[in-house]
Amino acid sequence: MTVEITGVGVDLGGRPVLRGVSAVAREGRWLAVIGPNGAGKSTLLKAVMGLVPFDGVITVGGRPVRGLAPRDRARMLAYAPQSPLLPPDMTVHEYALLGRTPYIPYWGRESARDTEVARAVLDRLDLTGLAARPLERLSGGERQRVVLARALTQQAPVLLLDEPTTALDLGHQQQVLELVDRLRRDDGLTVVSTLHDLTLAAQYADDLLLMSGGEAVAAGAPGEVLTEDLVTRHFGARVSIGAGPAGRPVVHLRRPTT
Amino acid sequence: MTRKGVAFAGAAVALAACMTAGLMVGAAGLPLKGVVLALADRLPFVEAHSGLTPLETGVLFELRLPRVLLGAMVGGLLAVAGAGYQGVFRNPLADPYLLGAAAGAGLTVTLVIVVLGDGVGVPLAAFCGAAGGVLLAYGLGRTATRGGGTATLVLAGVAVTSFLTAIQTFLQQLKVEELQRVYAWILGDVGGGWDQVVMCAPYAVVAAAILLLHGRLLDVLSVGDDEASSLGVRAGRVRLVVLVAASLATAAAVSAGGLIGFVGVVVPHAVRRLAGGSYRVVLPLSLLAGGAFLVGADLIARTVLAPAELPIGVVTAFVGAPFFVTILRATRKVET
Repeated sequence: MTVEITGVGVDLGGRPVLRGVSAVAREGRWLAVIGPNGAGKSTLLKAVMGLVPFDGVITVGGRPVRGLAPRDRARMLAYAPQSPLLPPDMTVHEYALLGRTPYIPYWGRESARDTEVARAVLDRLDLTGLAARPLERLSGGERQRVVLARALTQQAPVLLLDEPTTALDLGHQQQVLELVDRLRRDDGLTVVSTLHDLTLAAQYADDLLLMSGGEAVAAGAPGEVLTEDLVTRHFGARVSIGAGPAGRPVVHLRRPTT
Repeated sequence: MTRKGVAFAGAAVALAACMTAGLMVGAAGLPLKGVVLALADRLPFVEAHSGLTPLETGVLFELRLPRVLLGAMVGGLLAVAGAGYQGVFRNPLADPYLLGAAAGAGLTVTLVIVVLGDGVGVPLAAFCGAAGGVLLAYGLGRTATRGGGTATLVLAGVAVTSFLTAIQTFLQQLKVEELQRVYAWILGDVGGGWDQVVMCAPYAVVAAAILLLHGRLLDVLSVGDDEASSLGVRAGRVRLVVLVAASLATAAAVSAGGLIGFVGVVVPHAVRRLAGGSYRVVLPLSLLAGGAFLVGADLIARTVLAPAELPIGVVTAFVGAPFFVTILRATRKVET
């Protein structure tokens, strides 16, 4: 499903956080939202998920999200926040099963099918061995995979991931992004994620959206967005950008010579 | 049997054992066989000769049985209300006592005793006060932070408690001669007889049923409001329904049993340790274990200084306060 964001503005506590942001995440593609701290990346994801009130129009598969009932919206969009709250004594299986919430009536309980979906997702993410383990006893990489499992159990065609690689070491960052990419290709999912590492964003995303000061300042293929001029201007960083694998740009920090 | 199965069986056995002991032990000791047969005799189509004297039968049915039932009901309600508040506020220390319910009830009851000078209006006053105290804390917490931060709500409860207690103390000092009656009520008592049982039961059933049916949704809320919303749950609405049900349970318990502290925080925590953190397990188990805990506490309260009776709130505080500190330490460890 395609996500279309048109002229979106968000005020939080009387302060404009987003102004006139427009962007498109096409069906089956990965859109990475990049930008300096405080640019409004996370807020944009929350607006799409309907967690903050916004001006403008956001549609998913052609339907405006504002008018959707919460349960219908939750069947189209799955969301993983930057620092998810993991109840310490909940087990991995119980947590993954929460992803079935949009399919369970208010007074109801999980069906056999819900349990089966959760089990299959855990199996697919190599988490079956951890199913009975409490969340407090997971490593950082395992936690990230478990959060992903919950989002996948939701079986929504669009995944919204806020900084899925924060606090992970290099190997685990790659592992998580590879996993998302594989799932995207296998299931035809649309992925919208914020990523603070520009080189990683360029490696994995099909399209980049550069945000700065609450506005969308550039969008397009990684090679078009990651130019030395734009990165210097919006991140205030001195960088050189070279060609990496498959012609995707690689960003290097350049130490000022004294 | 699974861990949950063992926990449920254990709680049920503990409740049955505490209630049986509560029926047998007292100034006039009753034999187990007599008690069981006398109870069986009251069942339809059962004829049994208990061998109890008419006096003993009177003690059993007019004093002990209502006392044990009220104890089980009040304990179960306080524990399940505590578990509900903990789910709503995502705070293992949330407790009916802490959220203004106790102070609200204390104030209105003092008001009734001081102004009307008799005990007729006490249950209704306690009910209104408990509900009012929690709603005040809730309202204050909501206006203090947009969207209602969870820590703020608990702090609002503390502020409301201090304020209401101050007014109550002021009223108390105006009429020193009523002091002892007010204190007797504040320290708790489950010896109210069948009247109290009958008055408390309908609220108990409704409140407990609503709370038990929200176990799954409280589990969803435990991952945070944003994620709960992203899962299609209206977090604010669930929170409000559980809050009202927990306050109703608290009000029913407080109006029937007075102010009995720590049950709502000690029992759910012990249950969580034994059977895991899912509210689908914590809520029903708290109901059973809370009943057992309070009937047991009442048993201690009326035997330790026999023939004098200790207020039951003293017993629960004696056990509960050190426990509370333990939980506080454990919680701090998790957070740092």
